[in-house]
Amino acid sequence: MLERKEYQDYVSQNAPRSPMTRTLIAAFIVGGLICCIGEGIGDIIKLIFKEMSDKDVAIWESCIMIFLGSLFTALGLYDKLGHYAGGGSIIPITGFANSVISPAMEYNREGVFYGICAKMFTVAGPIIVFGVVASFLVGFIGYFAM
Amino acid sequence: MDIFLDYLKVFAVGGLVCLIGQILINKTQMTSARILVLYMLVGVVLEVSGAFEYMKEFAGSGVTIPIMGFGSNLAKGALEGAKTNGFLGAVTGGLSSVAAGLTTVIVCGFVFGLIAKSRSKKI
Repeated sequence: MLERKEYQDYVSQNAPRSPMTRTLIAAFIVGGLICCIGEGIGDIIKLIFKEMSDKDVAIWESCIMIFLGSLFTALGLYDKLGHYAGGGSIIPITGFANSVISPAMEYNREGVFYGICAKMFTVAGPIIVFGVVASFLVGFIGYFAM
Repeated sequence: MDIFLDYLKVFAVGGLVCLIGQILINKTQMTSARILVLYMLVGVVLEVSGAFEYMKEFAGSGVTIPIMGFGSNLAKGALEGAKTNGFLGAVTGGLSSVAAGLTTVIVCGFVFGLIAKSRSKKI
């Protein structure tokens, strides 16, 4: 029988450790490229629809990025990218899309109701809840501060 | 040349944001859900403090494409709603400013969840 301490040492010795420098460089390059793709999409929209306001361009831009993130997740490419890029693929909005579509695909054999619709929010749920609560607090305080 | 400099800024700032996230992942073993929530809350704080506007002016999509942009939109919508519509605006403003993105995510998730099979096991 192993003691608890010994076991913990054993686990920490053998746990897979991502090599620091390589993952940092991969995250930097992939994250930067995804942001550049977003900027490029925004610039193309601005070229096509010249009278569109900046706010609308930003909305279209993020919607298209979300769609692209979902599409590449459905094709199985985004998870391969995430394998190399880590944070570079999680933090952009495409990673948010990935965190919704990935469990939806994973659990679709459990049915539409409790598979796709419920499991979709395993990662996105906390984000939406924290976001809505934070925005409510900001609005609430802002209303009384004004 | 000007446009090249713009894209360089976007690349550098966007990359840096993701690099900080990767350091957090390596050092603290945080799960992706926690990282995303943390970044979104950072976006809310930056927007409320007013720093986000300057960052957006400087780097454009380099700060709005990371999930910070989502948090900043929520906070901005709530504040603008409070200004124009009073208390009701403060309640509705946050979600309505991210409604387009959320709808896209949910519709895409439903459709792709129906038609696609998971391939994540093949890595």
